[in-house]
Amino acid sequence: MAEIVLTNIDKRRTPAGGWRGIAADWSSDQRAFKNVSWGKAMMWIFLLSDTFIFGCFLLSYMTARMSTTVPWPNPSEVFALTIAGQHIPLILIAIMTFVLISSSGTMAMAVNFGYRRDWRKTAVLMLVTAAFGATFVGMQAFEWTKLIMEGVRPWGNPWGAEQFGSCFFMITGFHGTHVTIGVIFLIIIARKVWRGDFETERRGFFTSRKGNYEIVEITGLYWHFVDLVWVFIFAFFYLW
Amino acid sequence: MAEVTLNATLPTAATAHAEGHQHPIKLYLVVWGWLFVLSTCSYLVDYFNLQGHLRWSLIVLFMMLKAGLIVAVFMHMAWERLALAYAILLPPLLLLVFVGIMAFESDYTLLSRIVFFKAGV
Repeated sequence: MAEIVLTNIDKRRTPAGGWRGIAADWSSDQRAFKNVSWGKAMMWIFLLSDTFIFGCFLLSYMTARMSTTVPWPNPSEVFALTIAGQHIPLILIAIMTFVLISSSGTMAMAVNFGYRRDWRKTAVLMLVTAAFGATFVGMQAFEWTKLIMEGVRPWGNPWGAEQFGSCFFMITGFHGTHVTIGVIFLIIIARKVWRGDFETERRGFFTSRKGNYEIVEITGLYWHFVDLVWVFIFAFFYLW
Repeated sequence: MAEVTLNATLPTAATAHAEGHQHPIKLYLVVWGWLFVLSTCSYLVDYFNLQGHLRWSLIVLFMMLKAGLIVAVFMHMAWERLALAYAILLPPLLLLVFVGIMAFESDYTLLSRIVFFKAGV
């Protein structure tokens, strides 16, 4: 109701000029995203900016790989593992992909249960998502350790083009940081859900605003984005 | 259908969500399943060691399908108003221009490296 009143601009008044006019124009109710709350709109805009960051990383990787005269190391072999005597190419990365996709699935269901006000299932599914995320980071730590032991450095590696190491550590490191932040974010919100903050409309300690289950969806947007970035990293860095 | 009613009543953000996102859980499970299938497919591209244009087109195809499913269903973009969808989805297309510029540039760098540095090795 309040929003309908706000969007009705009073046309009888002539708009102010000068600095007052600038302030009035920018502060007046020019809402582009009609049925999306500011929290969700800002998360989307943040994700858009993050898209450009990861886009630039992948672009610099493309540029390095296209312009080097030295052959690029074969990711299929670099990331192969020997499990029970079987040499399987890229298997660790495949498992990491499935873990992250599963975490996205549980997150999507958590959002759904949040809007159904089923706080118990919401909190549990968010914690499951966080557990998948932590597993992913753990596997990434294993992968980094393995490569560093084999002699991969940002300035060189035993198999080919020197830029391989710097691209790898930069891209997967930044992505792993995002996953880690997401896990922390998930645990904080899951705790609030479990405590019943959104049932009792308890005010947040920082913003003093009454929260609602939309924050679960906003957390979910961030989480799905992390999964989305991995889709591109998996395709361009590991499979290409 | 949901969009029509949303427009007509101009609900507040909170009620829009309460009404707009009551999808059955099955939808998410189906999408989850498809993401597994598509990931397996892209892994198999590497496993069977496909090469050349076939490899790249398959990788990009599976990648775009997965990204589309995640954005449309998991991130609910399919049910948002077009103003938001376009504001978020169109700007990343500019990256393609950037890709073109950098591909052109790296070709030139590669050529210079071959001409000026490779000869002496």
